Amino acid sequence: MMDDLRELYQEVIFDHNRNPRNFHVMENANRTVEGFNPLCGDRLTLYLNVQADIIEDASFQGSGCAISTASVSLMTEMVKGMTEQEAQNMFKIFQKITTGKDDDVKLEELGKLQVLAGVKDYPARVKCATLAWHTLDAAIKNEEKSVSTE
Amino acid sequence: MSSLGSEGLAVGFSDRGLDVDKVRADFPILSRTVRGKPLVYLDNAATAQKPRSVIDAISHFYENDYSNIHRGVHTLSERSTVLYEEVREKVQKFINARSEKEIIFLRGTTEAINLVAQSYGGANVGPGDEILISAMEHHSNIVPWQMLCQRIGAVLKVAPINTDGELLLDEFAALLSDKTRLVSITHMSNALGSINPVEEIIGLAHQKGIPVLLDGAQAIPHMAVDVQKLDCDFYAFSGHKLYGPSGIGVLYGKSELLEAMPPYQGGGDMIRRVTFEETEYNRLPYKFEAGTPNIADTVGLGAALDYLCTIGMDSVACYEQQLLDYVTQKAMELDGLRLVGTAANKGAILSFVLDKVHPHDIGTVLDHYGIAIRAGHHCAMPVMDFFQVPATARASFAMYNTCEEVDVLMQGLKEVIEVFG
Repeated sequence: MMDDLRELYQEVIFDHNRNPRNFHVMENANRTVEGFNPLCGDRLTLYLNVQADIIEDASFQGSGCAISTASVSLMTEMVKGMTEQEAQNMFKIFQKITTGKDDDVKLEELGKLQVLAGVKDYPARVKCATLAWHTLDAAIKNEEKSVSTE
Repeated sequence: MSSLGSEGLAVGFSDRGLDVDKVRADFPILSRTVRGKPLVYLDNAATAQKPRSVIDAISHFYENDYSNIHRGVHTLSERSTVLYEEVREKVQKFINARSEKEIIFLRGTTEAINLVAQSYGGANVGPGDEILISAMEHHSNIVPWQMLCQRIGAVLKVAPINTDGELLLDEFAALLSDKTRLVSITHMSNALGSINPVEEIIGLAHQKGIPVLLDGAQAIPHMAVDVQKLDCDFYAFSGHKLYGPSGIGVLYGKSELLEAMPPYQGGGDMIRRVTFEETEYNRLPYKFEAGTPNIADTVGLGAALDYLCTIGMDSVACYEQQLLDYVTQKAMELDGLRLVGTAANKGAILSFVLDKVHPHDIGTVLDHYGIAIRAGHHCAMPVMDFFQVPATARASFAMYNTCEEVDVLMQGLKEVIEVFG
């Protein structure tokens, strides 16, 4: 594969696309929100178990492209154990990096999510990467409805 | 013809009068590169590229002849009016309408369908009446009717399709009822490529006295269209898919229907006399052309029609069918590729999905090889639901595409499968 494509499709993305983590329905979820990207048809259901502001558990179901699947898979791994505020801060950093408005944040702050930073060169694909986080944001705000990137 | 390789096909079409190298040389954009690779433009169902003559006609018009139409007595206004009205005559001849007053210039197919829904629908559809469409429609031939039905309390009926993406004609016929006020159906599906049996559809509807609108946005770039032979009551199409500019389209309507319809929008040009008490509307076609129209792009559309007439739509259709046969055969050799839309009568559209690879990933990887395809729901979400896919990848062909480009596409798809498989 060409080098510039490798920038977008890093090995970690392929790995999470082939074997998504936390890919199951959560029986004891107390937050469930659907995310939908009408442009490409990506759909996901995000399940959270939140106890006293701490995201104790996160899982998802759905179908999407490699970028969106890897993004939600990585996100569910990352936010477990975070406070809601920490997760929302991470969303803000992620949004800034993926849209290239990153003057006041550093790439390192994203931790494992750095592998998704390549989408900033693909404006049509940014929504694939951010759908998971928009859905999480709605779940934290306790908006029990579906979220759309449009 | 289906077993022909690139070379055989090249010989095949030169016998029939379409010289693809010559056609390609007429489209400046086709010589550019994308990401260092020669552009392979296979998104023609979204919009087609423009020949030099269209680009030049627009520049020449702005540089030499531009003014407003139907208004001034000065030279430029008269010149612009003549050029604009000449295009109406070109459109009339291109689709073989009886009269140029049956040709209404609008922004595109979407506006044309909205015009019929609001004007004809508003005047002729009542509570409990029915509009019949098909399950393969583009959103622009669904939503205007939903809006009309919601406003009036009418019912939208949908004729089903089979798993090849073909209309079920018997079921369609059974849905024509005493309450059906209009049939609005696509001539060719943008998501599947299916070409509908429109003459039978129109015959069935007319037996019950029901008028038929054909959404011709996809069909008209690929085949000769004769509205009198079809006997359709309305035909809508866009200039930009027909190698013309965006922002200009056409509604053809039988004059007796158009005469009886109320205006769609109010404003200048559509009036004969205005007082504060009342307005007398202009005659056809101006009754439906309120405001200063898209004059320059209409002139550009005229140049596109002139260009197509030098090639001949029958030659275009014949060449593209061979291209479709070739790409279909090559695509079926790829493991893990499933075609979405396998109608027996089909235009040059290849909609497909790959096992384990989302269409958006296919689109991004192919773009790195200079190949432009569409990935998504193609503004036909009900079609995606029917085939139980979130989206498809779609390669859609035009008269300037070649077998060599099909080979590049196949090489790109092999790469996609290798990387994601």
